[in-house]
Amino acid sequence: MKKLFAKHNNWFFKVGLILTVCMVGIVIIGQFWTPYDPNAMDAAAKAQGPSLKHLLGTDYFGRDIFSRILEGAGATLLIAFFVVLLGAGMGTLIGALTGYFGGVVDEILMRICDALTAFPSVLLALIALAILGPGRLNVIGVLALVFIPSFARIVRAEFSRIKKLNYVSLAKLQGVGHLRIMLRHILPNTLPVLLPAISIGFNNAVLAEASMSFLGVGVSASEVSLGRMLSDSQNYILRGMPWYAIFVGLTIALLILGFSLLGEGLQQED
Amino acid sequence: MLEVKNLRVHFKTAAPDRFAVDGTSFTVGDGEIVGLVGESGSGKSVTAMAISGLLPRRQSEYSGEIWLDGVEILNGDRNLMRQMQGDTIGVIFQEPMSAFDPIMPIGRQVEESLLVHHPEMSPAARRSAALTAMAEAELDEPETVYEKYPHELSGGMLQRAMIAAAIIHSPKLLLADEPTTALDVTIQGQILDLLKKINKTKGTSILFISHNMRVIRHLSERVLVMYRGKIVEQGSVEDVFLHPQEAYTKKLIDSIPARDRHLTGLKEILKGAGKE
Repeated sequence: MKKLFAKHNNWFFKVGLILTVCMVGIVIIGQFWTPYDPNAMDAAAKAQGPSLKHLLGTDYFGRDIFSRILEGAGATLLIAFFVVLLGAGMGTLIGALTGYFGGVVDEILMRICDALTAFPSVLLALIALAILGPGRLNVIGVLALVFIPSFARIVRAEFSRIKKLNYVSLAKLQGVGHLRIMLRHILPNTLPVLLPAISIGFNNAVLAEASMSFLGVGVSASEVSLGRMLSDSQNYILRGMPWYAIFVGLTIALLILGFSLLGEGLQQED
Repeated sequence: MLEVKNLRVHFKTAAPDRFAVDGTSFTVGDGEIVGLVGESGSGKSVTAMAISGLLPRRQSEYSGEIWLDGVEILNGDRNLMRQMQGDTIGVIFQEPMSAFDPIMPIGRQVEESLLVHHPEMSPAARRSAALTAMAEAELDEPETVYEKYPHELSGGMLQRAMIAAAIIHSPKLLLADEPTTALDVTIQGQILDLLKKINKTKGTSILFISHNMRVIRHLSERVLVMYRGKIVEQGSVEDVFLHPQEAYTKKLIDSIPARDRHLTGLKEILKGAGKE
């Protein structure tokens, strides 16, 4: 950790890290404690602006917006986490195998990735979700699939570059097997490229989930998420309650700002 | 110990009639140091790749036989080769700076072949074997160096670490492909003396590849001269140096810089190569 700080001693990294840690920290706390039950309605206090009692105000049913944002952001982050985990995991696996071994399998898998990248990813996810129907698991599956090619491409490029380096030859000359060379000698050396990609991946995943849910193909109506809330809150804007949409939008903005600053900071050394 | 019989290597990207190694045969005896000398592109490194098992199998076509310690390795499968790599055969090559994984401590890389060939060894036993090998390679303070990362060491130290990695399993053959080229002259001399010492004390055969005639003369008893994929001359160092039979060898010897001689030989070699 100390080394990471010394290596990336830039403002992008610092601000990004602070922002991300704060946001994710608040959201994680929100999973265990919220000021109010996110679903509790209070007829006496509906459609109120921000106040000390309700930090970010209440909606038309009298539900506390701050509590709901905490719960929604938690759901969104959880989805983003699994999307990045699956997307980066599968992408790394594919990229490692194709980059290291090359050959026919490389050609086939990379052409499939090309085909996936040729579609605008949002459109692709939209179509797939429209067919599969809404729901958390569907969102995770579809977005992870859409995310695989970008990770596969990055990791493949690094593997095919590093496998030609002398130290890989030397390891081979000592009889070291393919698996150990890939895991111990090449994979850790791809981290300078892979870490920023993962950070940006979070950024894209949050944004993609929000877009899908906003458009109504993301999480189902009974589930909460930031995108879903943004979609609900737009009805309130013209009814004199702009803060609902503003606070939800601000949460999304701060989350992705943190991730993308962190990613940018990780790419720049010192 | 090592016997190369009629080795031919052709890279698929090259012209069909162009062989990187074109019917090379030679032997290296037990405990012998043999020098393989030739200009860039003469096929000496490709020969080394074939012996060490680094020949890109899909991009090249090859024929002939390579016998190492009674086993034919050129046409054998990869598992056989892997058993020999880091066990019967040890390799040192040029550019020590790039020869180590930048994010793994040196010591862990020196002992890596033990992990592969002797998985039963405990980490502590591996560590002490690595420290012994590093001391044999004349690295000062092996305990300290063990924990260092490649960027913290000098080129000469890294070259010694590479030698330590190559001798940790007491190989029967040490393949040294221009191990001194990237080093300054003082360190060069030390590394050559070190190789000679390893040869004397452990009886390791060494195939030493270089384009530098003077280095070869300093080290080896027998020398092979390679030109355009063929061995054009071989014999004891004294014979080849004092009574070169081939015109090419003569010119190669003439090209050694000396205080009282001008570099005419090299130009003629280049002219000759261009004509063919």
